Formats: sequence, structure tokens, C-alpha cells
Amino acid sequence: MIPSEFDYIKAKSIDEAISLLKDGDAKLLAGGHSLIPAMKLRLNRPTKLIDISRIAEMKGIKQEDGELVIGAMTTHYEIMTNDLIKKHLPILSQAAELIGDVQVRNKGTLGGSLAHADPSADWPASMLVTDAVIVVAGAKGKRAIKAGDFFTGFFMTALEEGEIVTQIRIPLPSANTKSAYVKFMQPASRFAIVGCAVVVTGNGSIDDIKVAFTGVSESAFRDTAVENALKGKKADTETIKNAADQAAEGVSILSDHFAGEEYRKHLAKVYAKRALTEVA
Amino acid sequence: MNLTIQVEVNGKKHKSTVEARQLLVYYLRDQLRLTGTHIGCDTSSCGSCTVMIDGMAVKSCTMLAAQADGCAITTIEGLAKKGELHPLQEGFHQEHGLQCGFCTPGMIMTAVDLLSKNPEPTEMDIRHALEGNFCRCTGYHNIVRAVQFASAKMKEMEVASV
Ligand SMILES: Cc1cc2nc3c(=O)[nH]c(=O)nc-3n(C[C@H](O)[C@H](O)[C@H](O)COP(=O)(O)OP(=O)(O)OC[C@H]3O[C@@H](n4cnc5c(N)ncnc54)[C@H](O)[C@@H]3O)c2cc1C
Ligand code: FES
Ligand code: FES
Repeated sequence: MIPSEFDYIKAKSIDEAISLLKDGDAKLLAGGHSLIPAMKLRLNRPTKLIDISRIAEMKGIKQEDGELVIGAMTTHYEIMTNDLIKKHLPILSQAAELIGDVQVRNKGTLGGSLAHADPSADWPASMLVTDAVIVVAGAKGKRAIKAGDFFTGFFMTALEEGEIVTQIRIPLPSANTKSAYVKFMQPASRFAIVGCAVVVTGNGSIDDIKVAFTGVSESAFRDTAVENALKGKKADTETIKNAADQAAEGVSILSDHFAGEEYRKHLAKVYAKRALTEVA
Repeated sequence: MNLTIQVEVNGKKHKSTVEARQLLVYYLRDQLRLTGTHIGCDTSSCGSCTVMIDGMAVKSCTMLAAQADGCAITTIEGLAKKGELHPLQEGFHQEHGLQCGFCTPGMIMTAVDLLSKNPEPTEMDIRHALEGNFCRCTGYHNIVRAVQFASAKMKEMEVASV
């Protein structure tokens, strides 16, 4: 399968990419692991591809003012194996390792995945529970969007036309924080049918907890019912079970030939329980 | 749109004209005639098109030739040195890691990626690393043994060369 014709340009800087993107039919190319398959199927036919994968200022992971800053073009593999991430945000190494397969992790990028906003993508759930901020740049300048405001619907984000995701900033969690990401995957593509991310702080009892799902609904979401059922409590088996039972209520549930609505909702509860048990 | 790319494939430098939409796998197979890299699914699923790009396993059906500009590529044809099989090739031979052989070049290239990052993988490490490569014949057990064979052989060679 061969994509329809397009022009290809390698951008050397963010500014160059922004100015090239003024052409309305142009599209950014990151790792290409969502875009190229779609172009081969001709679901997508951009007339110009702007390759941003080699822009140095968009790559790498560093610690800065109490935050970890991840360049948007950092690959899943780089996140999975990075020592700063392992030390401060192990949930991201855990999630990265569950994405696709070796080859996908070697090419696919965090920024590309967030911009694409596939409802079954893994990253969005972890972004929601770690208070990630997505930094974007466009002709009108830079802005920072909270992960909670970024995912707006089915393959939809708060990105405006001509904007580029440049980096992801995540505050360093406090010392008494635990986290987990667990996933029930589609057996062939390995995309999430249900992915559940949890971050909890507290000693003995739960001071604060964030629970988010991906794969379950049109976009990733925080499940406040589960969170409220746990706040201020001790995470014993009974409390966890009761909280997990409230998962994915009151949201529209996706349904496809891998998992119908009822089964998916059931899986959300099962995986909430597993994630919560891991951090308890 | 046509582009000029410069790549190093199996140690040999090439300067080629490609269409912007040319996929890397077609460039390797049709333009360079390196047909050891296979196309199994063409939908990014089976891994039979896997090659190494700057030391990382990549599905060449999911990458443009243009994206490989400036990169060093290794295909299955580049593994044997001076007529000596690579330990992975020897392992697949010794342990019967193939039946029809269609998946084998991709399996081996992904295993090259694994052994370069983790020279002594456990059985689970091997199975996890090969998740993106499908085999319709063997049932995988002998493929795992082939990678274990190569891991042991490479260690032996290293010891011998010290
Ligand atoms: C076989 C297979 C299995 C997979 N399994 C999983 C899985 O289990 N879990 C999972 O989460 N994902 C999975 N993926 C998707 C993979 O993680 C993709 O790499 C990722 O979703 C997109 O990242 P990319 O860098 O490849 O982006 P691209 O494909 O290059 O781009 C995706 C889209 O985002 C836009 N874009 C890219 N970068 C930016 C930017 N910086 N700013 C603004 N817009 C941008 C592009 O224009 C395009 O529309 C799988 C993919 C394949 C092929
Ligand atoms: S041909 Fe590339 S993954 Fe199957
Ligand atoms: S040996 Fe036939 S597909 Fe693997």
C-alpha cells in the first residue's frame, strides 16, 4: 500500500516547522507510527509532510525547576529506558513498556501520541494522573495546556490549527507517592482496550489520589468517583473493591469487536482494582 | 516529489533518488534489490519487514525512505561476515527456528536489537522482545531457543576474544 503523493520537508527548528505549517494541507510527521499507516490506507492525504522528528530542541529528557521536561520527539523507548524517568516517574517507564512492540517503541513519540489522541493510546491516562502540562507553540506564540484540558474528544485535542506540541512538563512527585499503570490490551495491535493509571500520595491513609482511564471512552478521563471513594481512607481490600466497583460509571463506553460496552466497563472495574492493589 | 537521500546500507554508501512517498521497504527491495527484507502484512503488524536503523529495530513498511536519509541501515543480508553466519543465523539453523522462513529475517533483526541491549535475556525477555514479530509456522518455541543459542554463542565468542 502506497500513500498518495506529497512533498516532504525536514524541519530544522520549531520556528521553521511553524512557518511551514501555515500551508493548510501540510501535516507534521513525528515517528510516523500513526500517520503513515493512515496515509497508506488513504484515510489521510496531506499534500505536504513536515518531518519534525530530528529537531534537536524537541528531543530528550531533563530535570528543570522541580519538573521533568520531556521533548515531544522523545521516543517511547527513550522514555522507557531513561534513568530520570525511572527514578522520579516510574509510571511512565511502566506505561512505555506496554506500548505496541519493540519496533513501535523505537519510532513512536510521546508528542505524536498526544497530538493524535487515539482513544486507545496509553499515554493520555498517565498524563492525567501526573499533572502533566503540554507545551505548544504556534504562529501566535507559546502556551501551556494542562493534560486535563488537552484531550477534548475522539481523536480531538485542544491544539489549534498550526500549533505544535513541543514539550511535556511534569512536576516531580513528592517522596510518599506511589503509582501504577495496568492495561488489558488488544491482542494483535496491543493498543489499550482498558488502561488504568493511578497516582496516590499518603502514609497509611490516602491523602490524595488520581485515577484515569484510557481505551474506555472517547477520550482518556479522570474517574473522580473512584478517587472520592478512596480519599482520606486506608486502602484495604474492601475499600479498594468498593472504589473499583464505581469505575467508568456515567461515561459513554466504547464498543468494538474486541470488547463490547458491558465487557469493557467490567474490565475497567477489574483493572482499577488491579492498579489500586498495586499501589496499596 | 522526488528527493535525494544518502544512506549506508550494510556498510555500503548509497545516494539515491526516491519519491517522497516511497516506503523504506520498497526502496530496499525494489531499488537496492535487497529482497531478504520481507513484506508480510504491509499494515505494521507482522514485523517481517524489520531492519536495523542506527542500531534500532524498525518496521520498514511503516517508514518512508526519506526518513532514513543520513542513517545507517542493516538488513538480513548484512549480518553474515566473510561468509560466516551471524550467531543468530546459526542459532535459527541449529535450533530449527524456522519452517517456511518467511518471518525469519524480521525475527532475526528484532533479536539483533534485543541482544545489543540485553546480551543475556531470559526466556520472558525474548518472548517480550519478539511481540511485534509473527510466525505462522513454528509456534515460537524454537525461535526462543535460537535466540538463546545466539546469546550463549556471542558470550563464548566474547570470552574467546578477551
Ligand atoms: C503496530 C502498532 C501498535 C501500536 N500500539 C500502540 C499501543 O499499544 N499503545 C499506544 O499508545 N500506541 C500504540 N501505537 C501508536 C504509536 O504509539 C504511535 O507512535 C503514536 O500514537 C504516534 O506517535 P508518532 O510519533 O508515531 O506520531 P505520527 O504518526 O508521526 O503523528 C501522529 C499525528 O500527530 C501529529 N503530530 C505528531 N507530532 C506532533 C507534534 N509535535 N505537534 C502536533 N502534532 C503532531 C501528526 O501530524 C499526526 O497527525 C501503535 C502503532 C502501531 C503501528
Ligand atoms: S510488512 Fe511491515 S509489519 Fe508486516
Ligand atoms: S517460519 Fe513460517 S512464518 Fe515463521
